[in-house]
Amino acid sequence: MSLGWWLRDTLEMVRRNLLHIRRTPELLLDVTVQPVMFVVLFRFVFGGAIQIAGDSYVNYLMAGIFVQTVAFAGVYTGVLLANDLKNGMIDRFRSLPMSQASVLTGRTMTDLLRAMLAVAVMWGIGSLVGFSPQGGVGGALSAVGIMLAFGFALSWLGVAMGAWVRTPEALQGLIFTTIFPLTFASSAFVPTDTMPDWLRVFAENQPMTRVINAVRDLILGGSGGPDLVPALAWSFGALFVFFPLAVWLYRRRISR
Amino acid sequence: MILAQGLQKHFGSTHALAGLDLDVAEGTILALLGPNGAGKTTAVRILTTLLRPDGGYAEVAGIDVLKHPAAVRGKMGLAGQYATLDEVLTGRENLEMIGRLFRLPGAEARRRATDLLERFDLTEAADRVTKNYSGGMRRRLDLAGALVAEPPVLFLDEPTTGLDPRGRLGMWDLISALAKGGTTVLMTTQYLEEADRLADDIAVIDHGRLIARGTALELKQRAGGERLEVIVGTESSLERAASVLAALSGQAAHTDVLARHVSVPVASHGGILTRAVRELDAAGVELDDIGFRRATLDEVFLGLTGKPASTETSVSEELPS
Repeated sequence: MSLGWWLRDTLEMVRRNLLHIRRTPELLLDVTVQPVMFVVLFRFVFGGAIQIAGDSYVNYLMAGIFVQTVAFAGVYTGVLLANDLKNGMIDRFRSLPMSQASVLTGRTMTDLLRAMLAVAVMWGIGSLVGFSPQGGVGGALSAVGIMLAFGFALSWLGVAMGAWVRTPEALQGLIFTTIFPLTFASSAFVPTDTMPDWLRVFAENQPMTRVINAVRDLILGGSGGPDLVPALAWSFGALFVFFPLAVWLYRRRISR
Repeated sequence: MILAQGLQKHFGSTHALAGLDLDVAEGTILALLGPNGAGKTTAVRILTTLLRPDGGYAEVAGIDVLKHPAAVRGKMGLAGQYATLDEVLTGRENLEMIGRLFRLPGAEARRRATDLLERFDLTEAADRVTKNYSGGMRRRLDLAGALVAEPPVLFLDEPTTGLDPRGRLGMWDLISALAKGGTTVLMTTQYLEEADRLADDIAVIDHGRLIARGTALELKQRAGGERLEVIVGTESSLERAASVLAALSGQAAHTDVLARHVSVPVASHGGILTRAVRELDAAGVELDDIGFRRATLDEVFLGLTGKPASTETSVSEELPS
């Protein structure tokens, strides 16, 4: 199975996934309406109450929403994979002489495109409600690069979970109960200083916070800060763990 | 063209296949018949590379299924319950996608999709999403999907389950035309009539093993050949009719009280009908009907498996969860 065929089949899978999105635009809610809602709600509901030293709340908030959105969007790919596994589409692909890896890479590539759309939408809506990044083009690109890398790693976590659960519905619940606490017990919406010690120690050291802090620093004109290296390590480390895990769970699932 | 030797597969403690042997000659149709849970679906999944057996050997179009699954996929088409089409895509998009995944150049994939849509009477619905297709249209598209690459071997898993009689007849025509064109077909079915009508050969499997193999006629003969049947006018004469017929045939008669129906196996026609009518009349039995009848495949099935062929339950019960 040559690299060229893998690429061609991956693009074919992406094309299929994009057709799905075109016919079922609801599939984009989580990367359009939902983040917009979060930006607007947090900006105006909490914005007045939360004081951030040295900057506006919306500038603080955006990094959190960015990372939260790409994380959820990445993991959500597992629900779509679980659907395909359930309804027999995967068996159809497995009966064809195509690159079998492309079934999974097509999924995660589509997700990367979704994440890019999400970032663009949020950046736009953020600007409308006062988001004023100071990091310039270089800072913005670096920040987006880290978010997408983190989101891409999590889409492999999504694939792993999608191959592991029995039903797509079960995965929805699993995503909510794993990713949601991680985004809230982090520096996404509020600084971690006021949290009780046990929570603060967790929040400051978990991957979501590291990535959010690095992204925030880059967007606001810094060079990534002390969390840059851990953020990159978490993102690429996650990819190195979740990619083989996803492949292994998927193989195990289809061999039954 | 299709060969299976000693295929074994178990799911936990259930032996789905316990040493299954099959072979299908080029250009013929083999119907795989069996009750739910007999192992039909497992056998097809193994032969189509979707599932690895625990033991045994399988070959499709001369290629070792276990050693070269990717090469086998290039030689076969699969249509059936589990390998579905994409509901969100149109019929045309589905066929073109399959064509491209079969490594056809884009223009060729488009041409074949158009041809198949026309051949299967789907041109009008070609650009509608398949979610809204009727059961018959979906099955036709399913079969078209299996034919995109013009494979020499076709696997059809219950190709007519859920179709109305007209849709079923249409599918039968399509399938037999394919075999006439030289395609080798292995199909599973729960409909005995379907096996009878379409298949050159029938393999009956139960508990993951081949228990009978032959043409429909051979299997019917094995199940007791011909029977002489009478339907009597009154229930009270059933017993007399049974004893007359048993004496004539030398074998026990089978009586169905509700249908007022008595039958016995007969070795040959030679004058037996005339004698039966005379002797039944002499015994005072009033006849509504009398005649010879060959065993139906249903009876063959019942005799071989001890279970009636069910057409009600769905195949999903056979799939391990």
